[in-house]
Amino acid sequence: MKRARVAYSGAVHEATDAGGGELRLADGRLVREQMAVWLPPFRPRTIIALGLNYADHAKELAFNAQEEPLVFLKGPNALVGHRGETRRPSDATFMHYECELAVVIGKPARRVSRATAYDYVAGYTVANDYAIRDYLENWYRPNLRVKNRDGCTALGPWLVDRADVPDPMRLALRTTVNGKVTQEGNTRDMISDVPSLIEYLSGFMTLDAGDVILTGTPEGVVNVMPGDEVVTEIEGIGRLVNTVVGDEAFGRSTRQ
Amino acid sequence: MSFAPATLYGVLLNYRGALAALGEAVNKPPYKAPPKAPVLYIKPANTWIGDGAPIPVPSDVEALQMGAALGVVIGRTACRVSAESALDHVAGYTVVNDVSMPHDSYYRPSVRLKCRDGFCPIGATIVERARVPNPDALAVRVFVDGVLRQQNTTANLVRSTRRLIADVTEFMTLAAGDVLLTGVPENAPLARAGQRVAIEIDGVGRLENPLVAEGRGR
Repeated sequence: MKRARVAYSGAVHEATDAGGGELRLADGRLVREQMAVWLPPFRPRTIIALGLNYADHAKELAFNAQEEPLVFLKGPNALVGHRGETRRPSDATFMHYECELAVVIGKPARRVSRATAYDYVAGYTVANDYAIRDYLENWYRPNLRVKNRDGCTALGPWLVDRADVPDPMRLALRTTVNGKVTQEGNTRDMISDVPSLIEYLSGFMTLDAGDVILTGTPEGVVNVMPGDEVVTEIEGIGRLVNTVVGDEAFGRSTRQ
Repeated sequence: MSFAPATLYGVLLNYRGALAALGEAVNKPPYKAPPKAPVLYIKPANTWIGDGAPIPVPSDVEALQMGAALGVVIGRTACRVSAESALDHVAGYTVVNDVSMPHDSYYRPSVRLKCRDGFCPIGATIVERARVPNPDALAVRVFVDGVLRQQNTTANLVRSTRRLIADVTEFMTLAAGDVLLTGVPENAPLARAGQRVAIEIDGVGRLENPLVAEGRGR
């Protein structure tokens, strides 16, 4: 099952894929998907993100293999749904997308082993976790000014049930910017795979329903500019569309 | 817990003494420069416990750092607010213990060391903003088993409460119910399983928790 959360006709709804470009709302209505405002497909609790979790991307950014997973947390202010807009500040010189498999936890998980880790997964969605590298500092890097800006983490369109994804460690990822392919990879190239991440994290923090793990991005990140349409896509999970916009769309002067 | 925050943010090195304690290291690798913008981190929901609840001490550490912090509870949406108007967005204040496993490197986010279950006791009461005329002149004290182990004051912040809210909301919106800690003073006292820690902030309150060996008492 593929589930979405959308705003339509004055209320927020749960919806499923009715096929043919239509959504079926929980109350039975059929809606053209363009008529709905797409929200992140679940209500997030703790948002966990991985840095440098693909060997090729770590090499691209000139990092050595780390001793343990590079984990940081994000706030709900960062989230935006499918077909949302993300602001590129006018003083930025390098803002890039990151196509990531997002793993949504379904029930409390404490000290879970790799062998049983998938039992705790509710499903999967696509994340586009933008970074603005101009703001990187070497303190708790990547610092939140880079990774926790308003609307800089797109999630969606669908939460796809775990049962519908037989092998999440063998999914093609792809990003296009204005239709041109700029990033391609496969989840099989993760340094710490999904069961390892759940084992690692649940070893010191109890995960719970609604927690989400953004599992990192492969190589192929390029600068994006206002007006660019960025589509991050994962095989069998979804195709997440986001548009980069400038400061003027947010009532800010274009000079900072 | 008397209230659950929406999101709880901490800030690194916001006491002048904490920054000064690093000395020349701030200019050397891996840091290469002192922090420019506020360096934030999140204490997630699994870390939150109430006044009196036990703080679990992992079996592989001898003691934990007790991080005495003023918690600023946001009352209404704060996006790009000025320092002058920042406190208009504050509902009140509470006492928070930003517990950490001791560590010396601030280069990478330290989720494993700061975000374990029970690592963020939060005070039972929120004191209304109007009852705290100046959040930047509050004495902070930490007691371990009743012995005074640390004294400092929010007068020593690098960024005052107002300034911090302004500089944070330049790049991210704070929402009603979010809590922003204004930092932890240098030389955070250590406490072991079996001890009790109490944090007092004048005019805001007192937060007291026992420490227990992980796996017991929970």
